[in-house]
Amino acid sequence: MSLTANPVEEREKLLLKPREGGPRSGRRWFLPLVLTLVSLIWLFPLLLALVNSFRDYAFTAQHGYISWGGFTLDNYKNAWEQGDFGLHFWNSAIITVPAVLLTLFLSSCVAFVVARFSWKLNLALLGFFMAANLLPPQALLIPVYRMFRSIEVPFWFSESGTLLNSFQGLILVNVAFQTGFCAFVLSNYMKALPKELYESAVIDGASVTRQFFQITLPLCRPALAALAVLQTTWIYNEFFWATVLLQQGDKFPVTSSLNNLRGQFFTDNNLVAAGSMIIAIPTLVIFFVLQRHFVAGLTLGATKG
Amino acid sequence: MSSKSKYRGIDQLSARDKVVVAAMVVVPTLIVLWLVWLPAIGSVLLSFTNWDGIGPISSIKSVGLQNYKDIATIYPPFWPAIQHNLIWLAVMFFVATPIGMLFAVLIDRGVTGTRFYQTSIYLPVVLSLALIGFIWQLIYSRDQGLLNAITGGTTDWYGDPDVNLWAALVAASWRHSGYIMLLYLAGLKGVDPSLREAAKIDGASETTTFFRVVFPVMRPINIIVLVVTFIESLRAFDLVWVINKGRNGLELISTLVTQNVVGEASRIGFGSALATIMLLISSVLVFFYLRIAMKED
Repeated sequence: MSLTANPVEEREKLLLKPREGGPRSGRRWFLPLVLTLVSLIWLFPLLLALVNSFRDYAFTAQHGYISWGGFTLDNYKNAWEQGDFGLHFWNSAIITVPAVLLTLFLSSCVAFVVARFSWKLNLALLGFFMAANLLPPQALLIPVYRMFRSIEVPFWFSESGTLLNSFQGLILVNVAFQTGFCAFVLSNYMKALPKELYESAVIDGASVTRQFFQITLPLCRPALAALAVLQTTWIYNEFFWATVLLQQGDKFPVTSSLNNLRGQFFTDNNLVAAGSMIIAIPTLVIFFVLQRHFVAGLTLGATKG
Repeated sequence: MSSKSKYRGIDQLSARDKVVVAAMVVVPTLIVLWLVWLPAIGSVLLSFTNWDGIGPISSIKSVGLQNYKDIATIYPPFWPAIQHNLIWLAVMFFVATPIGMLFAVLIDRGVTGTRFYQTSIYLPVVLSLALIGFIWQLIYSRDQGLLNAITGGTTDWYGDPDVNLWAALVAASWRHSGYIMLLYLAGLKGVDPSLREAAKIDGASETTTFFRVVFPVMRPINIIVLVVTFIESLRAFDLVWVINKGRNGLELISTLVTQNVVGEASRIGFGSALATIMLLISSVLVFFYLRIAMKED
């Protein structure tokens, strides 16, 4: 990986580039046909939800889903009001944004030390963070839950008086779990930066802080962007910790508030579909607008460099 | 060599730099130690006790392996949960993963419309599994669902304990194979084209080339896919929790642990023993993953 290469663009080009040799002669129409069919099957559940989120419940209850008509926007209006999505989106934002920023900052710190210095403990340190990323969260639930319940915090910090039921606690848990993956990806990226950069910086008398903020971080911008997109999606989608650590429904982020929605709209699947679409919008926007960053983030972790 | 002395040079730190570097390592380490590793150790220790979660910590008594014995003998949902986790793993490993790999191979052959195929197949990957549970409700619902409308049946696909695990697995595979496709697509693009050419010159068919040449050189990706599949199967939780909180045919180890803590009866020692079983299984996987991921360093 050269210094100037942008892994995000490189990866996009790579994934879209046709392989040399290409399909063999004969039946050239066959493969595109199969793939188009597969793609449509894969899109189908989402399209079904999308279409029916715009249809009146009474109409589809009478005619079934294999019908056409009864279009309305009411489901969205009702879902937004009944699901209290304004509040839950706000909750999601104040959980996701700090968690992503903190994760990226802390993992950059770890990755910088691991990549910049050749110490014996580096590998163990990285392993310590990566293994944490892979443990099943449910297996850690009991101690975390108990700890959070017994740690008292001032009321100005969290109105619940303990870390349980507080956004700060949930943010910290997300950070602890995600730091490993980001530190791994970033350390691989930073190791590819030429050491000469640091040599000249040291000769110029730049402190470690300056090297970190003025040399390393700016050069890692593409990797940081890819990870930011990926982490935003993951933490926004995070369901388990939010559900168990925030026990009051009005504190839930959107992904966990889905569960409340079910009880209220028990049989009205069209309303549920509208709610699902509302919840999917942020991730779908990320998907369509920042797709290449998302893909780069995912594959940067799996294939090196 | 002079560069060697220089490297020692850039590793040399002033007193202030040392404090900064120490902080850069210590702060994240403490957070992860506090919220991941200490709880992991805590789960293991508590699993040997009878703590009910109410009394003071000093009242905790060691009961040896009693919790584990109870789980295996007098806790009815345990063996079904193990069985469901194994089925989950088998489906992800033998069905969803090969499907994802097949899609990657087909797309990699470079036909027009690559972007459309890729995008459609990995679109579910950006959705949470909790949300996927709701989206598939339109297909699975008993009274209004598409599946019953087409087949004319009256099966409650999410409720009937004979079928709900399979219904959940279809939805989970829908997402998993998209993820695997993406990983393998990146892997396939990284395969040296001259290897394929050499195989072609030797007269190998495309299938032989794939299994004998391409697949083996993708070893790092294969291992990562393997670990991702195992870990995700062990951690499976969100989807079944939104369907029915992991009861009635959808018991998984992860949901049993959660029920024992958050539910009405909190049995700490008991839940911890279940958690420890999860930790044991995952530590084997983590070990293999770390060995592969760090081998190149």
